[in-house]
Amino acid sequence: MSQSIEKEELLLSSIKDKFGDKVRELYVNPKRIKILVDRENILNVATFVRDLGFDQVISVGGTDFPKEDSFVVDYHLIGVEHEDLKKIIFDLSTKFPKNEPKTPTLMEVWPSAEYHEQETFEMLGIIFEGHPRMERLLLPEDWNDIPPLRKEFKLPSRLVEHGSS
Amino acid sequence: MEVVDQEGRTLTFSIGPQHPGSGHFRLIVKVDGDFIVDVKPDPGYVHRGAEKMCEERTYIQNIPHLERPVIFDSSGILFPYVLAVEELLGVQAPPRAQYIRIIMAELNRIISHLYWLAIYGIFLGHSTMFMWPMGDRELFIDLAEAIGGTRVTFSYFVPGGVRNDLPPGFKERALKTFSYYEKRLEEYDKIFFSNPMFLKRTQGIGVLKREDAIRLGVTGPNLRASGISSDTRKDEPYSSYETIKWDIPVRKEGDCYARSMVRFQELFDSLNIMRQALDLIPEGSVKIPMRGQIKGKVGESFARTEAARGTMFYHIISDGATHPYRVKISVPSFRSLSAMPFLLKGNHLADMPAIYWGLDYWPVEADK
Repeated sequence: MSQSIEKEELLLSSIKDKFGDKVRELYVNPKRIKILVDRENILNVATFVRDLGFDQVISVGGTDFPKEDSFVVDYHLIGVEHEDLKKIIFDLSTKFPKNEPKTPTLMEVWPSAEYHEQETFEMLGIIFEGHPRMERLLLPEDWNDIPPLRKEFKLPSRLVEHGSS
Repeated sequence: MEVVDQEGRTLTFSIGPQHPGSGHFRLIVKVDGDFIVDVKPDPGYVHRGAEKMCEERTYIQNIPHLERPVIFDSSGILFPYVLAVEELLGVQAPPRAQYIRIIMAELNRIISHLYWLAIYGIFLGHSTMFMWPMGDRELFIDLAEAIGGTRVTFSYFVPGGVRNDLPPGFKERALKTFSYYEKRLEEYDKIFFSNPMFLKRTQGIGVLKREDAIRLGVTGPNLRASGISSDTRKDEPYSSYETIKWDIPVRKEGDCYARSMVRFQELFDSLNIMRQALDLIPEGSVKIPMRGQIKGKVGESFARTEAARGTMFYHIISDGATHPYRVKISVPSFRSLSAMPFLLKGNHLADMPAIYWGLDYWPVEADK
């Protein structure tokens, strides 16, 4: 794809101007921007990103990286009210160690994050501080095991070694 | 229905989880007389762990099980998966396959919308509107079966294209069905969409204003019925949708009526899109040949498409193995959960079916 990424670069530089090295650019591709921020700064950066026009959370994804002993949480954002921004998926991500699985909720910034954060809490055991409902959502009521999307949780029927093939 | 709690004036009870008209799902409702004062959705009764299953299966093995959460729109949930995998592989489907994918996705949109319409008919007490869409749906299921080989879940989209070409004579057969069905849609309008009973049950009921629709994160027809012109097929065109001309149906009212009319208009639009796709479809191969186990490059990819209920989004992380490292699926029904209590509170209990099913919330899809 040989599309221009002028608009994406412009958006990113406005974030960098404001926050400097608190924001790490992971990549800018046509229609994709991904940045990494510390959880201490995520609320401020999120508010700024929302004010740029990214008004909806499409998805909140959490990923377990046992080799790096960390969790990554991705907020995937679009701006449905803006002709330019609805073409772009903005990934606001944060990374923190597994022994402190906590990050502030962004529900105040985007109420649409509500159920996505609750699902991520349930599936990975990441606590979104300030979220009113850090409780079971999809799993059975009597679920009595570690959060299933953590890599330590193996489906007994299928044991696959990653990276070995 | 089971009474959970009774305190003073209010009564709390649960509706579901045994199939309140759709898949298994429970609404915990608190009423004061006939008015709903509080609602708590309780999803999860049909959770399968699709995301975890993806991590333990190869890219190809994931195809059949990913369709299961949304069997009426099975191509809709596979579409972004194959696009995301193709991005990781650095390949693109051949042009003919791209148009066949459009046809299949639009057939599924019609199949899904007709199922919604049939249940909406019966929810509102109009049994003819249950029979007609259920019967006419068979026409489109037959067309999809002619392409994909089965009636509901086709496993037809594969990374690199589609499994097989269109059968001989498909275009003529499809065009005949489309022109018959367009006449049927006019009858739908007369008997249901212009019916005073339907208007009375839906107009001004469950109003989702523009700013609330954005705030609560709804997508697809529900968002377009609140005055926002957003459709992934236009916002980020994929699979040659940029070559097709149609207008996004948008309504300003934001009520159950608007949500229904957007879906009704989308039935016409899908027929129109398929006609254009059948005209534009080039000759050529339908699949890039791939040998052995496919492996994605180390990295990640995002893909989104417009499924019947709204934006379907995938985030796939690959560590270079034959299995994805992580697959995050964001389905449109899950995004209606925040809007549900918001819309139901303050309404009559009798309006609950109209509002609930008006959102086209599909529990199996939301639970994954």
